[in-house]
Amino acid sequence: MSITDLPAGVGSALDSAPSLVYAARPAPALDAARLALSRDLVLAFRKRGQLLQPLAFFALVTMLFPLAVSPELSRLRAIAPGVLWVAAMLASLLALEFLFRDDAHDGTLEQYALSGQSLTWLLFAKTIAHWLLTGLPLALMAPFAAMSLGVAASAVPGIVLIMVVGTIALSLIGAIGAALALGMKRSGTLLALLTLPLSLPVLIYGARATELAIAGNSYMAPLELLAALAVLAVTLAPLGAATAVRISLE
Amino acid sequence: MNLRDSRAVTVNHLEAENLQLWRGDRHVLKGVEFGLGKGECLQVTGTNGAGKTTLLRTLCGLMVPEEGRVLCEGRDVRADLPAFHSSLMYLGHEAPLKADLTARENLHYWIGVRRRVAAAGLDAALARVDASAWCERLVRTLSAGQKRRVALAGLALMFAPLWLLDEPTTNLDADGQQVVGSLIAEQLARGGAIVVATHQQLPGAVRAARVLELAS
Amino acid sequence: MRWTWFHRLASPPYLYGLAARLTPWFAWPAALLILGGLFAGLVLAPPDYQQGEGFRIIYVHVPSAWMSLMVYVTMGLAAAVGLIWRMKVAHAIAASCAPIGASFTVAALVTGSLWGKPMWGTWWVWDPRLTSELILLFLYLGFMGLRAGFDDTQRADRAGALLAIVGLVNVPIIHYSVIWWNSLHQAPSVLRFGKPTIPGAMLAPLLILLLGFTLFFAALLLVRVRAEILQRERTARWISETLSG
Repeated sequence: MSITDLPAGVGSALDSAPSLVYAARPAPALDAARLALSRDLVLAFRKRGQLLQPLAFFALVTMLFPLAVSPELSRLRAIAPGVLWVAAMLASLLALEFLFRDDAHDGTLEQYALSGQSLTWLLFAKTIAHWLLTGLPLALMAPFAAMSLGVAASAVPGIVLIMVVGTIALSLIGAIGAALALGMKRSGTLLALLTLPLSLPVLIYGARATELAIAGNSYMAPLELLAALAVLAVTLAPLGAATAVRISLE
Repeated sequence: MNLRDSRAVTVNHLEAENLQLWRGDRHVLKGVEFGLGKGECLQVTGTNGAGKTTLLRTLCGLMVPEEGRVLCEGRDVRADLPAFHSSLMYLGHEAPLKADLTARENLHYWIGVRRRVAAAGLDAALARVDASAWCERLVRTLSAGQKRRVALAGLALMFAPLWLLDEPTTNLDADGQQVVGSLIAEQLARGGAIVVATHQQLPGAVRAARVLELAS
Repeated sequence: MRWTWFHRLASPPYLYGLAARLTPWFAWPAALLILGGLFAGLVLAPPDYQQGEGFRIIYVHVPSAWMSLMVYVTMGLAAAVGLIWRMKVAHAIAASCAPIGASFTVAALVTGSLWGKPMWGTWWVWDPRLTSELILLFLYLGFMGLRAGFDDTQRADRAGALLAIVGLVNVPIIHYSVIWWNSLHQAPSVLRFGKPTIPGAMLAPLLILLLGFTLFFAALLLVRVRAEILQRERTARWISETLSG
């Protein structure tokens, strides 16, 4: 069988070859990443229940504040940026649990590390898939949560934009923590202790930008700082996550 | 396609040089040494906990020995791990399969990340392990032996010069064991090298060129 | 060979002996400097015209805060050396740093809070330095928690090292975002730490104490590293030879 998908000529060359030549064409890095990403998307849509958990959690946390503080929209509007960002941070933390755990368990990460492809690149693809499944839906849901807290509809585009940039940074920073926690049996609270302090700058700039957006002012300055954090996370976090995954496989 | 645009990797000679590895206080690998040529099979035996799996994971570069080196064609494999990795296939005792994908999808994603896979190649590999009949079923509905066969199909499909197999016959019935035996024989016949960790006898007519016994 | 010293340092028995010999050279000057500095700061220095006697707590607060950061940097650098060159003693140094650094951080937080009561009338204000200090404490706790979560030392070392490096990259980012955050919300009446110019008679004891605390850390680190090496190498032959001979 092994000869069947080789081009004509190579098979006969192999017969006389003294040693086995690895003649299969390696997958280009981009194809490998596309496969790693689409695999996670397909898997997630087969287990849709898991997808909804972070979103339901986000809505639930948002709902706690009117009950705990006051139903007055004027008071809720004042704390809305903080509520949205704390809820988003906790929801994304909760979702991190799904990022690597299954793949570590069944040996997929091991196969990725031994694939000859860059592990950094494959984990970047996985993290992007994770963001598409959790971060992006959170960003799209944030306006509804915001409006329930008395925020005007005119602030919606700004909130979505800020949330999109912020959740990218959160997913990537969280990937390092999730990968570090892989070697341990129980990691629930530790994952929070590892990731939350590192994501505080995202919270600070994200909440400030949202506050300005809700007030109808220009939020470009904090958004640019947030984008800078996201760019930094895109360049460094996958490398950190790959190192952490290799450590967990040792 | 020509061979020039592929990474033509060969494994003519694999050598382990005085591998020493500790896990905590436990001295797991105590100076393991062997050489392995093309078309040869090395069988690693030893009781549970003797370090068979650790040795395989050290050979493929997942674990780093405190002392000693693994050499491929006389060069330390750590000098260029990606190149070494693209020439090997490691199969642990758990098959790296997702329960919510079909057997065929699993192969498509798993091997596709490493090499270009044509649909015909995929079908041939599944037929090779007698999995054609149930390859469109979700892996969660398959038996342990069937999962093992899917992993073997991956092995056949990857076409790597070096195989590192950890207990490849676990959970397999007599037919399945025959499949393992013939896959191994084929790989050896075309000049591939195999390190297989098992305390059982190798299936089929395969005889290991060398047996390495690890003491616990 | 130029790198011999580096390789010698990497050998646990050598570092164990070296640490033992060096400890008194750090411990005694540290004790003298701290005692002298405290005397100068608490007795000789004049009271502050605005804050009265209460300002004297800076003689413990500022050196503690300074050390909490310096220990983190030391820890991160040692961790990087351990991760990159697979040097076991570097991991031992990083692991020894964490509890010391966390203690300095707690000391800085407690003294900061004690200072806050007479100055601001509350035990806690969200001042940027105190906030950064609190985040630093969480970074230390995360590092220690991660290490404790692993069964074997090797993986604990390497995972902890990676976290320390990630933290090291993040500390300046966190620090400046906290300052930026605080500049938005700051009430004008809040007093800032440090910034105002300090007269020489108040400054000199502070500098003495900074040096004293640094040497104290070095001495403490040497002692802890020895204990850490003993624990890690407990099965090695040189240990029984050293301890019995």
